[in-house]
Amino acid sequence: MLDRIIEILPELNVAFYETLIMVGIGLLVALIIGLPVGILLFVTERGLFWQNRVAKTILGVIVNLIRSIPFIILLVFLLPFTDFLVGTTTGAIAASVSLSVAAIPFYARIVESAAREIDKGVIEAAIAVGASPWLIIKDIILPETKPGLISGLTITAISLIGYSAMAGTIGGGGIGDLAIRYGYYRYDDTVMFTTVIVLIVLVQFIQYLGDFIAKTVNKR
Amino acid sequence: MIVIKELSKIYKAKTGHVIGVDKVNLEVHKGEIYGIVGYSGAGKSSLIRCMNILERPTSGKVIVDGVDLLRLSPKGLRKARQSMGMIFQGFYLASAKTVFDNVAFALKAAGIPTEKRKKRVLELLKLVGLADKAEQYPAQLSGGQKQRVSIARALANNPKVLLCDEATSALDPSTTKSILALLKKINHELGITIVLITHEMEVVKEICDRCAVMQDGKIIEQGATYEIFSNPKEDLTKQFIDTVLNFDLPKQLLEQCKGMILQLQFRGDLASDPIVSDMLQAHKVSANILHGKVEYIKEKPLGIFIMELLGDLDEMERARRYVEERLQQVEVIQHAR
Repeated sequence: MLDRIIEILPELNVAFYETLIMVGIGLLVALIIGLPVGILLFVTERGLFWQNRVAKTILGVIVNLIRSIPFIILLVFLLPFTDFLVGTTTGAIAASVSLSVAAIPFYARIVESAAREIDKGVIEAAIAVGASPWLIIKDIILPETKPGLISGLTITAISLIGYSAMAGTIGGGGIGDLAIRYGYYRYDDTVMFTTVIVLIVLVQFIQYLGDFIAKTVNKR
Repeated sequence: MIVIKELSKIYKAKTGHVIGVDKVNLEVHKGEIYGIVGYSGAGKSSLIRCMNILERPTSGKVIVDGVDLLRLSPKGLRKARQSMGMIFQGFYLASAKTVFDNVAFALKAAGIPTEKRKKRVLELLKLVGLADKAEQYPAQLSGGQKQRVSIARALANNPKVLLCDEATSALDPSTTKSILALLKKINHELGITIVLITHEMEVVKEICDRCAVMQDGKIIEQGATYEIFSNPKEDLTKQFIDTVLNFDLPKQLLEQCKGMILQLQFRGDLASDPIVSDMLQAHKVSANILHGKVEYIKEKPLGIFIMELLGDLDEMERARRYVEERLQQVEVIQHAR
């Protein structure tokens, strides 16, 4: 059994690296696009400084639309777009496209609900000192939601690991792909268990790290 | 300093409209402390929040230091708000910021460069007595300390006006006293006009020069605090004042008394005249003091005494008239039997 693991090790290494790439890109895009979208969903809410029912509804519908498509369908649906964007539909980079698209609304909703946790009075007090909306977002909303933003990132990362296994089925690579190829198609239990254990360790590690950082930045 | 004209605030609700503030007219003079009292739901909170347009009035005018706030652009309004500090019942400090950064935020909002901020923040923290807490987070502070930080934040940009939305309602009585003392000091030393709303008459008694009583969105009575206390007109005002000057005598005691029971009220300027002793010397009556209290309203004494007069019926009546001529407020609580 140990021989089998050693034998598979190079491939496992590559797969692990691919998973990290996919999840990493997905997270990065979630941060770059999902975070602003989430904040926008929050500040366009009723009673807040950029209160805007139309913008909020449109944004909300788009977010819900993407979130309601099962990931495996989204993956197939986005193939032409992926091809257009990165010139291929296989490999880790190609898989990151649909992972990113799924991660944006997922994280946006988490950001929105984290921001809702802020006492509205704190934002009001900032308005009362004459702060501009931009300053309030940058200096009040973002710092106040930081613990929520970090644990949200943790949740997103772990979901993306799960999604990345699905991406593997259509040639995306990664640990999930390895597990399916050897464990499911070839009944190679050793490889399957090994990959499952690697995934468990990875998820545990991310959760632990996320909790630790969120706790450190929480001043409440 | 602040002029409110025909201000109304109407809220849309599922069941039609709810009137928060109903055509209120109000003027707050420069340098005074103005109190607005009322029960919750009276509209006082809506009114004070309209003063810096945290809530936009449905109609009416808000003029602060000669500027019509409702005509300002968003940018102009932000600028105007910088010259009006506001503190709240819930303090509303940013929990992720240190005390220092919470105060510095107000300066940042006004575009003060970083180098200048430090000096000003330390100055403000010293003013509110928290110079040693600069690096702490709000969660580490007591309620009174949090309110001091929020006062420092509100004063950061040298405002002309300080709005206090139930600023002491979440604090215990001794902390309330210390915060009120701080507000008084700010008013005296910095000349900042203060508007405060509260449901505690005690607060008004302590620091307000003038006050208004609000009910159902309307101001039902307003005037100098001492006048309101010594001569309230409306029932609600009397109710509020009773919370401070409570003179309920036990029923049993009243039943036992045979003589005439009078309630005398001495205003500040009369408190030193020996009216009662003159009355006793000039008439053949004796007196029992049943209750007495001297309240200091903005440092002016207001004395209230309840006494039982004993003696001949006519003589008692003459004695009553004698004091009535010398005091404005004499009330017969129970006639002689």
